[in-house]
Amino acid sequence: MLRPALAIVSAVLLSAGSAEANKVFVSNERGNNVTVLDSESWEVIATFPAGNRPRGITISPDGKELYVCASDDDTVRVFDPETYKELHTLPSGPDPELFALDPSGNPLYIANEDDNLVTVVDVKTHQVLAEVPVGVEPEGVAVSPDAKTIINTSETTNMAHFIDASTYKIVHNVLVDQRPRYAEFTADGKKLYVSAEIGGTVSVIDVSAVEPKITKKITFEVPGVLPEWLQPVGVKATKDGSRIFVALGPANRVAVIDGATDEVLDYLLVGQRVWQMAFTPGEEFLITTNGNSNDVSIIDVKAEKVIRSVQVGEQPWGVVVAPD
Amino acid sequence: MPNPSLLLAVFWVTVLLTSPVQAAEVKTAVLRIDRVVGPPISRLDAPPADLGFAGAMLGNEDNRTTGAFTGMDYTVKTQAVAPEEAVAALDGLKAEGIGLIAVIAEGDLLKALSDKSGPEVLLFNAGARDDGLRDADCRANVLHVSPSRSMLSDSIVQFLMWKKWPRILLIYGSHPEDKLLADSYRKSAAKFGAEIVEEREFVDTGGSRRTDTGHVMVQKQIPVFTQEAEEYDVIVAADEAGVFAPYLPYHSWDPRPVAGSAGLRPVSWHPAHEAWGATQFQRRFEKLTGRYMREEDYQAWLAMRVIGEAVTRSGKADPATVRTYALSKDFELAAFKGQKLTFRSWNGQLRQPILLTEGRVTVSVSPQDGYLHQHSPLDTLGIDAPETACHAFGG
Repeated sequence: MLRPALAIVSAVLLSAGSAEANKVFVSNERGNNVTVLDSESWEVIATFPAGNRPRGITISPDGKELYVCASDDDTVRVFDPETYKELHTLPSGPDPELFALDPSGNPLYIANEDDNLVTVVDVKTHQVLAEVPVGVEPEGVAVSPDAKTIINTSETTNMAHFIDASTYKIVHNVLVDQRPRYAEFTADGKKLYVSAEIGGTVSVIDVSAVEPKITKKITFEVPGVLPEWLQPVGVKATKDGSRIFVALGPANRVAVIDGATDEVLDYLLVGQRVWQMAFTPGEEFLITTNGNSNDVSIIDVKAEKVIRSVQVGEQPWGVVVAPD
Repeated sequence: MPNPSLLLAVFWVTVLLTSPVQAAEVKTAVLRIDRVVGPPISRLDAPPADLGFAGAMLGNEDNRTTGAFTGMDYTVKTQAVAPEEAVAALDGLKAEGIGLIAVIAEGDLLKALSDKSGPEVLLFNAGARDDGLRDADCRANVLHVSPSRSMLSDSIVQFLMWKKWPRILLIYGSHPEDKLLADSYRKSAAKFGAEIVEEREFVDTGGSRRTDTGHVMVQKQIPVFTQEAEEYDVIVAADEAGVFAPYLPYHSWDPRPVAGSAGLRPVSWHPAHEAWGATQFQRRFEKLTGRYMREEDYQAWLAMRVIGEAVTRSGKADPATVRTYALSKDFELAAFKGQKLTFRSWNGQLRQPILLTEGRVTVSVSPQDGYLHQHSPLDTLGIDAPETACHAFGG
């Protein structure tokens, strides 16, 4: 999407007023609940229990089902995003941490951190379709835009595993730096970003050819911040691929990266220990979870500025925004 | 299908998953030398039979999972012997073609094993704390995954300075290792500006260990032992032999906290530690063993993971390549301590944060904020490059 088009979208949104507000769902790992925010007023409009140690959180493309990894319950809890009532649970395998939905809304790919597995679950029939053995401590999960490839990152094996979505077999393993946490495709499906928390880098992987290939490793540098604390975790790319945002954990910053050159342009100061992020549907705002300050920061995407922070629950971990 | 291949280039490493026809074998071992000692003061500290071995098993499991993707097959052999059988055990491992060996032993035994090994073997010190082994007595074929006494004492004194408790009453035991530890605390105090206002030696007369009426005597003896001291902020206990330190908290004449060998203890690992993804690591260990992880287990796990990383990244498993890679700038290891662990190239010591625990929770982690260093804050703990007397590493 070109910038003028974005500007028009923003103008329309402003004039449309409250009709375009979306619900923002934040999982609170220690609070054992989910905080719901309004994306226009940024007020907390609800809090509801979500099981033990809720971490990964996502929503169906139609906005009808909210999925939460209740890690210590060894299950995925499914909630009605309107009533906040639990609809049912999904078999997840032990200690589900992060997951990703197929772009069609089914199936769900879940990383089981304690068991070195990716579990594939049909969200309609609630059946486990497959269990894919991966490296030690699987965490990040991403699905390619064409839905043909699932990526899983394993934190102690230090690999991005490429899983064929039709056969559930691993087809490639790419060794990245220490403790890979998150994987994010660009919308055109040509690039994959993999963050390495302890390695302090984001690997840029060219996935346009048959063999995936690391073309660059993005490093970070903030004056006055010890290099040890620049720990990339969450990664989000704008739909047009022009900007990549990287949450830098205990550095309390989000890096803004030029998607064309993969160079860092700026660092935005957010709350403490920033991990995961989510865009609003029109990409006007990016919401970050700050686990140590128990708040979320709201970034104006176009201005690349933090506009406010909102207190949520105890140790916010994941965030997702309901679709329009 | 192509043969198993490991493709390495400057910026990319792709590992093709194939059915490995011939997985390369990486043979490792843990050799534990058990000295006969009496029971610990607290029965909670009694060593399990698989001490250290269990950590190595987990590290080996982790390596095997990764190895399934890289065409490397890892094995670990565990062996516990008496001191007089140590050299024969080492020879036995060498005869089996095992060249990567973690050793849990006291310093003098490790030194003897190192001298017996030669360059065809790489030892990982997963036990001995002696600074000498990292300094004038260092050996080219030993990498230290266990922290040294000076790293531990520096960790405590940094914390005491952060707390503004600079006045120390140092109480040390009568065993040689206690005196080495006391000396380490003296150096740490001088290094960070703390003051040892008084020192007292607690002589092991053989009657201090656990007895049925132990606490009755302790309640009378320790206050007397600690009374009329110069004004101090904190007791630091140097009791590596484990004779008296656990009796100090609550029994001192003055109401003062205790640190060192009891109270606030510096450790490489503790089962209550949860930060930086440690919870899942603890759980994996507990599932495998049915008990909590101890320092020796963590250190043996570290040894296995250092081997695993070096083999995965270099594509080779011979001790010389593992050593070169581990000491290179490319080596880094995530080990649930919040930052990457690397080796000091001048003496083969693994840099690592030290946990400070009071037994049930992690109180703090050193290095403390504000202790800066031109290279790495981790080098504020232990012997730094400018003061090293180790020359076996080309320094």
